[in-house]
Amino acid sequence: MLLFLSASGKDRIIFVTKEDHEAPSNAELIADDPNDPYEDPGLILPNGDINWNCPCLGGMASGPCGSQFKEAFSCFHYSKEEIKGSECIDQFRSMQKCMQKFPDLYPQEEDKESTSQTEPSPVSDSADKTKSSFY
Amino acid sequence: MLKCNTVCKRFAPLVRASSTVCRQNVRRAGLNNVRTPTCVPVARMSTEPLGGGGDNLKYALLVGAAFVGSLTYAVVTLKGDHQRSVKRMEDISTRLQKSTLHIQSAPPVWFSAPSALSKPKPEAAPSAEQSSPPPEAAAPDAETTGKPSAADSTSPSHKLPSHTPYLLIGGGTASFAAARSIRARDPGAKVLIVTDEPDLPYMRPPLSKELWFSDDPSVTETLRFKQWNGKERSIYFQPPSFYINPEDLDSAENGGVAVLTSKKVVHMDVRGNKVKLDDDTEISYDKCLIATGGIPRSLQVLERSGEEVMKRTTLFRKIEDFKSLDKVSRSVNSITIIGGGFLGSELACALGRKSTESGLEVVQMFPEKGNMGKVLPEYLSNWTTEKVKKEGVKIISEALVKSVACKDDKLEIQLKDGRLVRTDHIVAAVGLEPNVDLAKSAGLEVDSDFGGYRVNAELQARSNIWVAGDAACFYDIRLGRRRVEHHDHAVVSGRLAGENMTGASKPYWHQSMFWSDLGPDVGYEAIGIVDSSLPTVGVFAKATAKDTPKAATEKSGTGIRSESETEDTATSPVASATPAPAVEHKDDYGKGVIFYLRDKVVVGIILWNVFNRMPIARKIIKDGEEHADLNEVAKLFNIHED
Repeated sequence: MLLFLSASGKDRIIFVTKEDHEAPSNAELIADDPNDPYEDPGLILPNGDINWNCPCLGGMASGPCGSQFKEAFSCFHYSKEEIKGSECIDQFRSMQKCMQKFPDLYPQEEDKESTSQTEPSPVSDSADKTKSSFY
Repeated sequence: MLKCNTVCKRFAPLVRASSTVCRQNVRRAGLNNVRTPTCVPVARMSTEPLGGGGDNLKYALLVGAAFVGSLTYAVVTLKGDHQRSVKRMEDISTRLQKSTLHIQSAPPVWFSAPSALSKPKPEAAPSAEQSSPPPEAAAPDAETTGKPSAADSTSPSHKLPSHTPYLLIGGGTASFAAARSIRARDPGAKVLIVTDEPDLPYMRPPLSKELWFSDDPSVTETLRFKQWNGKERSIYFQPPSFYINPEDLDSAENGGVAVLTSKKVVHMDVRGNKVKLDDDTEISYDKCLIATGGIPRSLQVLERSGEEVMKRTTLFRKIEDFKSLDKVSRSVNSITIIGGGFLGSELACALGRKSTESGLEVVQMFPEKGNMGKVLPEYLSNWTTEKVKKEGVKIISEALVKSVACKDDKLEIQLKDGRLVRTDHIVAAVGLEPNVDLAKSAGLEVDSDFGGYRVNAELQARSNIWVAGDAACFYDIRLGRRRVEHHDHAVVSGRLAGENMTGASKPYWHQSMFWSDLGPDVGYEAIGIVDSSLPTVGVFAKATAKDTPKAATEKSGTGIRSESETEDTATSPVASATPAPAVEHKDDYGKGVIFYLRDKVVVGIILWNVFNRMPIARKIIKDGEEHADLNEVAKLFNIHED
């Protein structure tokens, strides 16, 4: 480990090798409160409801087909059927009908992953709780 | 987090399945405006014959005259009615055309599908310069050229909603984020965005980064850029079909977001809950967001130097500035950027890269000792400056501009220390002046330290008025009162304002971040208060070829750096690059973490060429703890790994 101090004395510079950082950190972090009302909750709120404002939903809940999407997804979310969402066909159908009117907002992606900025995208490994959306 | 992952993964196929490929041309019948002219009943009078023959004749004449008179009156009235109804039909149909085009002002890439509104014909040609047509004709949209025609800006406004539940003043990132947040939380919400720009909401970072690196020669028209993996995206947040027509806002069954472009709010009546536009229209609201951003600061020396100098100067912020600077960069020999901060340095690097092909001279001058001198500690600022020079930029540091003159079609910049720089064009990137024009009429407080509207921790200025984005000076309950001019902050604060406008009472808590890439070797992400006047502790490891921004995007599979932290996008596994031999140089600040301290508490962190670790940084800031040994904290970042 190499330590330097800038000329002004204000800035410290430390060079570390991989070995220097091998031992686990003893820095203490405060445990996260899962019920913290201020924290961004992710897709599901602490009370079990859907967080329509989740960045992971993209613009689905706020676009022109937002209400149809909310109805379909809510039905799916609360579905207790064997095949989850099997009783929600009507809602999905009306959502599909709405989306067909806006092909440049809701494009069909046949085989590849969704690339449109308005489709809900699979979440990457980093905590989406702490990410903010770029839209 | 996992729940979201699984639920989204399960749901995504269903959603994808439901938006099918068949394009149905939905055409609603145009407004039926045929007015059946009302018939004027012709008065008929009948009386019993009174007296003798002479009287009879007189009487007959009288009746005859009355009859002819009424008939004439009836015919004249019918004719007039018919004319009026025809004219009214014309009026209404042109107004419908105009307002449809008014909204669909994005580049023609988005015009491929006929929208749900009955539109005369889809625009197929790339947006051409508008040949100023008379108001009645269906004009190609003026908005894309950035110069709204007189006809459009004086289009009759009495069809606009006179009241909107949610009014958002300003059409930038914060406003769009708020609109989305409101729509997500308030089912069927009707949101009206009023912007003085001719464009629909768009994101700014690519204007000084990705758009300059695009290979597409028509990039200034399409404003799209291809990422390394072929994924393209527009700088516009949403295509025009996402929005609804302001005229239709009132009647929209499920609400929507409407954007009124090229209109400025000039007066705000807080007690009456209404605003006045520059065309004298009044719109009342229930909740209002002010997200007016700011305008680029100019230098007094430039303002004083006269027309010829100002003609050759760009104050960079908007789409039209990008377009004009791109054009200038192809036609001049030398461009000088005044300013050494984020924008100035990014533009310098972008233009510097182009200079290798075109032979353009790129000069960057600033009063500090090195690039990002107000942000990075001196040793890092110096190191960064060397890297920027490698991008082909001529750096003139410790430069204070004394005067600027135009001689023989060239600009001469005289510096206070006597140096003279001759150049063809100046780009001023010396800061942002927050737009607080409405403060006076609205009676809103302006902050004297940071500028901008003063708001509380929940971004509220007064009842029913919130402020977000660059113009908001807010109370951060962890870091104190501040004003932040970064993209992610606009998103975070816009979302928060939208949440609070729909009933949440949440303070600013989720800390926003920012990033900058200065060429392929220097990229960093930062969070919190990053001010070079604060004491810092930097912990560095040696760099390998894997640690550059380019490598970071390839690994995380997100393509452009703008996305890798802030957007949830599909990540595809990428084979890791074979490790290059490590560079053994003690002064090489390849990658590391820099902590900014205030009273021994970490208030800001820079992740230097270390990516995808922002959550840890955010956690440390949020905790606000005093750490005895920052090297131990640095271990949490695993800087030696990818």
